[in-house]
Amino acid sequence: MAQSMKQKTVLLGFLLNDRGGQILLGLLAAAAVLVPICNIFVPESSIFHVPTYMVSLLGKYLAFALLALSVDLIWGYCGILSLGHGAFFALGGYAMGMYLMRQIGDRGVYGNPILPDFMVFLNWKELPWYWYGFDAFPFAMLMVVVVPGILAGVFGWFAFRSRVTGVYLSIITQAMTYALLLAFFRNDMGFGGNNGLTDFKDILGHDIQEDGTRIALFLATVAALALGYIICRYIVSSRLGRVLLSIRDAESRTRFLGYRVEYYKLFVFVVSAMLAGVAGALYVPQVGIINPSEFAPAVSIEIVIWVAVGGRGSLYGAVLGAFIVNYAKTYFTGALPEAWLYMLGLLFVVVTIFMPKGVVGTVPAFKDLKKKDGTSLFGKSTEAAE
Amino acid sequence: MTKFFKHIMVLAIALFMAAPTLAADDFSAQVDALNGKSFSKKIKAIEVLAEADNDRVVPVLRAMLGGDLYALKSDKTVVIAEKRGSVYLVHKADDGADLGQMAKSDIKKVRVNNKVRTVIKGILGGLTLLSPNVEQRQKAIDAVFNSRDESLLPTLKKAISREEDDALKAKMVLTKAAIELENAKDPETLSAALSVLKETPTPDVRSILTRYVASAPEDMKAEAQATLDAVESSLSMWENVGNLYRGLSLGSVLLLAAVGLAITFGVMGVINMAHGEMVMLGAYATFVVQEVFRAYMPGWFDWSLFVAIPFAFLVAGSVGVAMERGIIRFLYGRPLETLLATWGVSLILQQAVRTVFGPTNQDVSSPSWMSGAIEFTNGLQFTYNRLWIILFALLVVVGVTLILKKTAFGLQMRAVTQNRPMANSMGIKSGWVDAMTFGLGSGIAGMAGVALSQIDNVSPNLGQVYIIDSFMVVVFGGVGNIMGTVVGAFSLGIVNKFMEPMAGAVLAKIFVLIALILFIQKRPRGLFALKGRSVEA
Repeated sequence: MAQSMKQKTVLLGFLLNDRGGQILLGLLAAAAVLVPICNIFVPESSIFHVPTYMVSLLGKYLAFALLALSVDLIWGYCGILSLGHGAFFALGGYAMGMYLMRQIGDRGVYGNPILPDFMVFLNWKELPWYWYGFDAFPFAMLMVVVVPGILAGVFGWFAFRSRVTGVYLSIITQAMTYALLLAFFRNDMGFGGNNGLTDFKDILGHDIQEDGTRIALFLATVAALALGYIICRYIVSSRLGRVLLSIRDAESRTRFLGYRVEYYKLFVFVVSAMLAGVAGALYVPQVGIINPSEFAPAVSIEIVIWVAVGGRGSLYGAVLGAFIVNYAKTYFTGALPEAWLYMLGLLFVVVTIFMPKGVVGTVPAFKDLKKKDGTSLFGKSTEAAE
Repeated sequence: MTKFFKHIMVLAIALFMAAPTLAADDFSAQVDALNGKSFSKKIKAIEVLAEADNDRVVPVLRAMLGGDLYALKSDKTVVIAEKRGSVYLVHKADDGADLGQMAKSDIKKVRVNNKVRTVIKGILGGLTLLSPNVEQRQKAIDAVFNSRDESLLPTLKKAISREEDDALKAKMVLTKAAIELENAKDPETLSAALSVLKETPTPDVRSILTRYVASAPEDMKAEAQATLDAVESSLSMWENVGNLYRGLSLGSVLLLAAVGLAITFGVMGVINMAHGEMVMLGAYATFVVQEVFRAYMPGWFDWSLFVAIPFAFLVAGSVGVAMERGIIRFLYGRPLETLLATWGVSLILQQAVRTVFGPTNQDVSSPSWMSGAIEFTNGLQFTYNRLWIILFALLVVVGVTLILKKTAFGLQMRAVTQNRPMANSMGIKSGWVDAMTFGLGSGIAGMAGVALSQIDNVSPNLGQVYIIDSFMVVVFGGVGNIMGTVVGAFSLGIVNKFMEPMAGAVLAKIFVLIALILFIQKRPRGLFALKGRSVEA
């Protein structure tokens, strides 16, 4: 008994000194308990009631937070600024979307038991080969990580091997997602063209619109984010993480010390792409649609600003940033739609010039100046964001 | 007695119908017959009318086609009526006599259906072949070529013998050959027709021949196939010429967008994601200048672009200087942050333009000297506006090269790029040089916007369309190298256009992007990489 306890502490020992991570995991655990309770057991009249749309909205934010986490892993810890991470997110989303499309069965508008509506509409006679297997949930979930992983692996292998770094890498990642955007817009790709995949009915036999399913999806997203955080934290606190940091700070020197820089980069890039794919797969059923606009270069750049706002190179900062920016987006696009792009633009400028360390780097420093405790404020602002 | 009289009448009418010309009375009777009880009667009346040698035939048939043909309710006389407010100006159809104004209740429309319209269109086409107006003949021959109606053959032959315009005559001979090929039976006429078609390789001729080969009689098949092959080979050559031209045109657009970037990104090393928005500002500057010209000096409208070019340069250039002084100079040495901050600026600029001008496309028109095209007989055309843009792009490149190589400012700029501290100690104000360089790059983007406004929609998203392509051009050509940008832009443009017919526009673009990504693997520093010390700069 004591033995296993001790092993457990050693297993998650890398979390011991991670104050921000502990708070984050604590908040996630609290959310996993409180949100379902407040949704199901608290009466609708109460101010503590969390309506179902709010559960899905929070779930969406959590999926975005996981995506931001994946970007922070490579940008904050390895100096790879990917402007194409939306592509991995969208590929994961499409894999999930394909599973959900196959679950519709003959309940589509055209009632075809095999073909999704858009294929019937295009007069296709049989399912393209790459749709095979997506009616099985385990296979689809495997594809959620494998497809982005393979793309990142091939792309990264080419890019890192020939030492494409810095802004060059950023630009070709942007070109990559742009090429995919154009490809997925085509009807004959077999992914629904510009309408994408939508009108989902069931997931694992449960109605996707039902409150219970929504809560389950929310809990799955909470779990994925927590697990994703632990994986990322484990990677960055390991010996490999140290090498990543040194690559970020002095790539040539690391190479001269004998490390095969490209393999380290490739590993972390693939892991990050897989996390982004999982985020996409969790995003799609909660939002109910996936279409090629997720591949737009602008979407990918926006992810980077979440990380920059929260504070790069801290992991929990990325999560915080995703919540702050997306909450602001939800609020402003509703209240002042004209102002949102101004706000977002200003955010890019102000954060890069005045807050290079983001909220988690700037606020505690500011608080230290006033001789107060920084961490409590961090906790508070997370609540505010939710 | 009456029976006998009736017989005489029928005989007389039959005789008159067969006669080449109709007497005036009978002409008006035939015009009135246009208001027949059924559509088939109307068609018969139209066909009879078409044979009449009378100036009024064309206007009457046109009016009928346009729905302006009416019949008086009082005595069923067919008239042409034009609506003027609540009343109608009425003319007699057969001789054009003015009948004054009438109310809607006095007249009744002569109804036509699609079948009637098709008949009228074909006949009008045949009739206007003989019109004294060149443009009308041009339109007519196009219509006849498209319908290829055998019944028009006699009119066509008459038109060929009369025609004096060479280009029109060639088109008529071609049309005649096409009609004969589809309808004639004797081998000699067919061979003659084939040899005429062979002379004019156009896509239309190809499709006519392809159809003919499929249904040709055995004895003609070999000859027809040979003709088709000849047409196809010469057509593919012309297609290559056309692709080359379109490629050069796309390349010149990319070049214009990328030259400014070659300065800000290539020379200064600053990633300016708002570069596309500078292009967009230039296009909107053109719009503003044109609006001013429209309002205050419409007579000088053709010259508006000459004002727009410097104006766009100044607008985009000053925004660029403001950006450099306000934002970018705090971020030197942090390229990734620069990228993000300038992206923010691009969002703000887009939204600002959307707020001021609205999200819809703005109407920017081409001056008269830029509209029109050089047309070749086989359908290929070089539009003037694209020719001007190619020329303009080359001028801009020459200008930029001269500024960089021959002026004191260019020298200072290169000095600051290569070794900032040393340049500083030689007394160069490097901050000022940075601002001016960035302003120059942005200003050139603004001028690119003037050119783009002539061929693309002027909307707040204009810049987004070109930004990724222009980065690709700069990266492909080699950073810090204007010549590389020129080669990069034109080769990307031409490759794109040659792949489009094979793979479709979108796939071609994807292939080019993938090829570029692979190319960067092989030569990470571009086609014309800098060598020596400046590599690390």
